[in-house]
Parts: sequence; C-alpha cells; structure tokens
Amino acid sequence: MVIYGVSLLAGCMITGIFVGELLGKLIGVQANVGGVGIAMLLMILLADFLRKRDRLNPVSQQGVIFWSSIYIPVVVAMAAKQNVIAAVKGGPAALLAGALAVVVSCALVPLISRIGAGNIERHDEESVRGDR
Amino acid sequence: MSTVIDLLAQVLIRNGLITAFAFVGLTVWLSYFISNRLTRGRIHGSAIAILLGLLLAYVGGVTTGGNQGLADIEILAGVGLLGGAMLRDFAIIATAFGVQLDEMRRAGACAIVSLFVGVLGSFVIGAVVAYAFGYSDAVSMTTIGAGAATYIVGPVTGTAIGASSEVVALSIAAGLVKSMLVMTGTPFVARYIGLNNPRSAMVYGGLMGTTSGVAGGLAATDPKLVPYGAMTATFYTGLGCLLGPSVVFVVIRAMIG
Repeated sequence: MVIYGVSLLAGCMITGIFVGELLGKLIGVQANVGGVGIAMLLMILLADFLRKRDRLNPVSQQGVIFWSSIYIPVVVAMAAKQNVIAAVKGGPAALLAGALAVVVSCALVPLISRIGAGNIERHDEESVRGDR
Repeated sequence: MSTVIDLLAQVLIRNGLITAFAFVGLTVWLSYFISNRLTRGRIHGSAIAILLGLLLAYVGGVTTGGNQGLADIEILAGVGLLGGAMLRDFAIIATAFGVQLDEMRRAGACAIVSLFVGVLGSFVIGAVVAYAFGYSDAVSMTTIGAGAATYIVGPVTGTAIGASSEVVALSIAAGLVKSMLVMTGTPFVARYIGLNNPRSAMVYGGLMGTTSGVAGGLAATDPKLVPYGAMTATFYTGLGCLLGPSVVFVVIRAMIG
C-alpha cells in the first residue's frame, strides 16, 4: 500500500528531527543538529534493509518515490518565499561576504574531493552529455 | 462581477496548499517552455523555475512589504506552506531513497573535511569583509562571518554573543545572498568544479552548507546528486551554530584584542 511508503518516510523524518533536537540540547546549541541528515541516513539504511529482504513492494515504494519527485516544485515554492528584498537591501558588505564565501567554497570543491580518493571516477563524458 | 472575483479569491485562499500546487505547476511548465524554446534547452528548466521563483519573491516583497516573498500575497499563502521547512525536508528525505550506501561510505572522510573547511572558511571570509567595511569589533566580525556561513548561523551566533540588530540583519542578508547565488549559480559552475558524481556533491554540500541553496542548485544540475549534497549540508548549520559563538568568537577576539 502506498501509505506504507509515506508512513516510513514520515517516521524517518520525525525520528531524525527529534534526534537532531536532542543533539542540539545536549551540546547546548540553539539549533537542530543534522536532524534532516540523520533522517536521510535512516531512510538509506531502512530502504537498503527492506529491499534486501523484499519487504517493500513496488506499490509501497511509490509512496516514497512520489515525494522525491515532487522535490523540484517544492524547491521552486521555497525560492518564491525567500526574503529577496532583505538580501538586496543588505548592501555591499552583505553582498560581498555572501558572494566571496560562495566563490572560495566553489574553488575548494575539486581539491577536497580528492581527499582519500585513490581513483576518482571522473564522468567526463557524462558531464559533456549533461550540458544540455 | 466583483462578487465572482471575490468568490474565486475565497476559494483560492481556503484551499491554499492546492492553489500552490496549481500555481507552482504552472510556473514549472512556463520555465520548461522558456528553457526549450528560448534557450534551446541550454539552461535547465528547473534552474529557470528557481530564478523565476526568486523573481516572484521579489515582486511579492515589493507589493506587500512583507518578508515571505510571494507567500505574503493572500491568495498565494499556500506557496509558503509548500515551500516551507516541513514539506521541503519531507521531500529531501525522500530523495535519500535513491542513495547508494557504498557511494556515501567512500566519500565519508572528504565530506567531514569539507564541513569543517566550509564552516571555518566562511567565518574567515565574512569576518575579513566585515573588517574591511568598518565593522572592526570581534562581535560584529564573528556575527557577519556567521552570516557568510548560513542565514541561520548568523542570527543564532549574533544573539548568543550580543551583536546589534543592525549587524544581525546584515548577517542574515549575507546568508541570503549566499543561498540565492548557490541556488542559481550551481548549474553554471558544475562542469568546471567536477560536480558530476556523488562524492563531489557531498563535498559541495559540506562546503556551501546552505541547505536550500545546495538542494535547489543540485536539483537544477542533476537531480540524482541532490540527496548526497543535501545530506552533508544539513550538518553544516548545526556545526556553524556550535563553532560560531564558541571557538570562532574566542579566536577572533584574541586576534582583534
């Protein structure tokens, strides 16, 4: 049943966010520490476990797949509710701080990706094809 | 006639989330239309959709004077719910369903390195920029540095160390600029920084840290990479809130005197 997939997803989210809140309280930070990340880890492990035992039939999987494919529209809605005015009004200091952080971080991606990688598989061909 | 319009508005308001589904669907359709016809598919439809979303948010902000973008327009309030943290996180977690466990394990070490480099690097850059613009006290430098991390780390850190509301607002603005740049710029830089595999996506998420930015940017680059980037990015804000008011503040105060 489709609801099994949706329910599994919901269970992962609630558990993850709860653990994230607990972690935040434990280390004394006013923020959720990795709640969504923990939920994603749970989802990955559970999906792996259930698939191997064949306990999640295709119909139940639809309950998760629907939400993962509605993801881009959700991001568009998220973009449409940003406080764009505040970002623009922040003036040159805010613009520069934000922009520089992005540029420097970008430049570091190839460097750090190499750490601990004996052979990085560079999917160059794929990336060329992907440049539609 | 006006009663008919009023009635329609009422229906739209009462069914806010459903209105949002219809509205966002139209926006996405229009974006893919523009992508195919005007750019011959060179700029990905979802990248255009996100840009269009930001543009609409600007219009919403100008017309209503609120801080929720389009969601402040009454008949489009549902957009706020659809794009809010609850459904966003639900959808992000769902993307983890397609993740390969082995890919993640192999990238573990560099994901952790990227988190620390990303958080501390952003603090340094933000603090230097703050200093250059005359905010030369340790509290302001730390707070604006925190904003360069994410727009959540900024106010959390600022509040913890007692920054002025002007500086906190500035830090939020810096974080918003970052988030929007990442959202829109990722597809354009992806090929130059090798952002085409799970490993570099995890590093990217760890370095950038803005969950909304990373998730949006990767969605427009290659939806398969979203869960990997989003996974590390969600740890970034927590790490920033942990390091900002403590280690980073103490170090900056020691240096500035």
